[in-house]
Amino acid sequence: MAEALFWATLAAYAVAAVAYVRTGRVGTWGVRLGWLAQTALLGVQVAEANGFPWATWSGSLNLFVWLVVGAYLIWGCKPRYRLLGLAVMPLATVLLAVSYAGGGTTGETSGYSTLFLVAHVGLVLAAFAGFTLAAALSVLYLWQERRLKRHEARILRVRVPPLVTLDDLAGRTIAIALPALTLGILAGLIRLGSHGGGFDALMAVTIVTWAVYGVFLLLRYEAGWHGRKAAYLLLAGFALVIAVRLGLPTVHFS
Amino acid sequence: MSLVLVGTSHRLAPVELRELVALDEKGAAEVARTLAAGGWEAVCLSTCNRTELYLAADDAEAAEERAATVLRELPVLYRLHDHAAALHLFRVAAGLDSLVPGEGEILGQVRKAAEIGSPGRLLDRLFRDAVHAGRRVRSQTAISESPASISSAAAALAQQVFGDLAGRKVLVIGAGKISEQAARNLVSRGAAISAVANRSVPRGEELAGRFGARAVPVEAAQDELVEADVVVSSTSAAGFVLEQSGVQTTLGARRGRPLFLIDLAVPRDLDPSIHDLPGCYLYDIDDLQAVVAESLAGRRTEAARAEEIVADEAERFRAWQASLDVVPAIASLRARAEEIRAAELARARLGGLSEQDRRAVESLTSQIVSKLLHLPTVRMKEAAAGADGGVYADVVRDLFGLEDDAGSNRLPRQ
Repeated sequence: MAEALFWATLAAYAVAAVAYVRTGRVGTWGVRLGWLAQTALLGVQVAEANGFPWATWSGSLNLFVWLVVGAYLIWGCKPRYRLLGLAVMPLATVLLAVSYAGGGTTGETSGYSTLFLVAHVGLVLAAFAGFTLAAALSVLYLWQERRLKRHEARILRVRVPPLVTLDDLAGRTIAIALPALTLGILAGLIRLGSHGGGFDALMAVTIVTWAVYGVFLLLRYEAGWHGRKAAYLLLAGFALVIAVRLGLPTVHFS
Repeated sequence: MSLVLVGTSHRLAPVELRELVALDEKGAAEVARTLAAGGWEAVCLSTCNRTELYLAADDAEAAEERAATVLRELPVLYRLHDHAAALHLFRVAAGLDSLVPGEGEILGQVRKAAEIGSPGRLLDRLFRDAVHAGRRVRSQTAISESPASISSAAAALAQQVFGDLAGRKVLVIGAGKISEQAARNLVSRGAAISAVANRSVPRGEELAGRFGARAVPVEAAQDELVEADVVVSSTSAAGFVLEQSGVQTTLGARRGRPLFLIDLAVPRDLDPSIHDLPGCYLYDIDDLQAVVAESLAGRRTEAARAEEIVADEAERFRAWQASLDVVPAIASLRARAEEIRAAELARARLGGLSEQDRRAVESLTSQIVSKLLHLPTVRMKEAAAGADGGVYADVVRDLFGLEDDAGSNRLPRQ
């Protein structure tokens, strides 16, 4: 059952990733149906597992993809945001495939308590999903800004959200995601304090990531950082998110 | 009943001829009422680019002649019938027959024409379908989104930066006609003129008064930049009115808010290097003209897609119009069969049968009638979608000796 749902999800996301190039409507339906299939997949994993089924690295990637696509569905699935789907959906498709290759769609559990894992893994991944979307918005912002700066004559041919909207949405997404990351890190630190354990590289990079996004919000609201500089800072933060998600996984999950 | 269109438009008639037959709302309603008094359906569509009379009449020739008379027998009249007339109206509603392809005003004018006219079943459906086709074209193509003038291109570009312009503040530099036109376009999209900077302050006050804005001397334009979101400039100054260094000093106070600048003057008013500043987007007249040219090319591409939609809608209307011929014939045929069935049952004296048996006989005869008529009904409906719908209906009426409203004057009953 889980296997069939995985393939249905992957197929729908892949169709969406390709369809966004030409027609937003097919892409949007791909996202919706794929997300429903993945929700069912997660449901099956919960039913079959004895505990929190996404505690492994690849399992958490599965949950991460679901959160990213879910967040995108909330406000990104509009015709004007078609190009955002072009950035988000290929990433979601690849990460889901990676998760499958690592066994993340089977529901392997760990020895940690479910409550801790929901608080720690759930909140950190939700925050990372927000950072991913903010990065996609920043890419779209930089692309549109470049077109305006180059005086592209065809600029009105492609429907893209306005610069101010992209900038606002990215800022608001971080304003929601950063508190989630803060709570997720706190949950991890509390457990570290009570159960002991080493401070690994992933924890260090996660805290640096937290600091980068914290600086982003500080600069934005105190020094009026908007536009291109803000977009670059968000992409720098996202590079750290990628490092945490993909570059340093085995250190923390082993 | 046939559909007849007689009219003229900017494609055939210069304004000197169009104005001879142009009608205001009241006049158009009066013409439609007068024509409808003859037992026809009538709608008059009169805009600055066209005057067209749509009639639905049994005698198409008489209707056409009467409409031509109303339009003073101008030598530039076009006369279209049925499918061609419907297709024409659908193209008009979609903006495909307009001076600027895809312009949106015509859709409201088509709707209004039907409201004030005297439509019956045919014209009511025709105009509703035309409005539907116009809406479909606008929602499924980008034909109406591309700007067709410099000032609308400038406003569309400002929307690429700010989205909704509601509440955005515009600084106008120069009080000439070009500045005013660009400012009006921005205001029509929700922006507010905050100040007008002009070398002659009294002239600036005059323009500012029309927008409820402040007038300031042109030297003070730089101070107004802190609050402004959009700058429109068109003066006859020989040098730059705003230099890069001047704009740069205001950036700190703007706290990262973008600034969109439109330079419509030749020679230019705004230092082109302002465009290099972060968050500043400066478009001069050449940049805007390039956007307009590209956008008009885009409209032509979209127009091809719009033509497909319009043809699809016109075909649907044609099928519906054709079904008007066969639906009454089908209804009469079924009524006639039911009448015969009931009469034969009455003659059969089924009183001796039990209630259950009587119901079984009734059900059996009903099913026989239904099954016999099923195929002819389907075939007639299929024929209605083609060109032979009316012929099939007439043949059925003739074969079965039917009489109905639609067919009573087609073939004599044998």
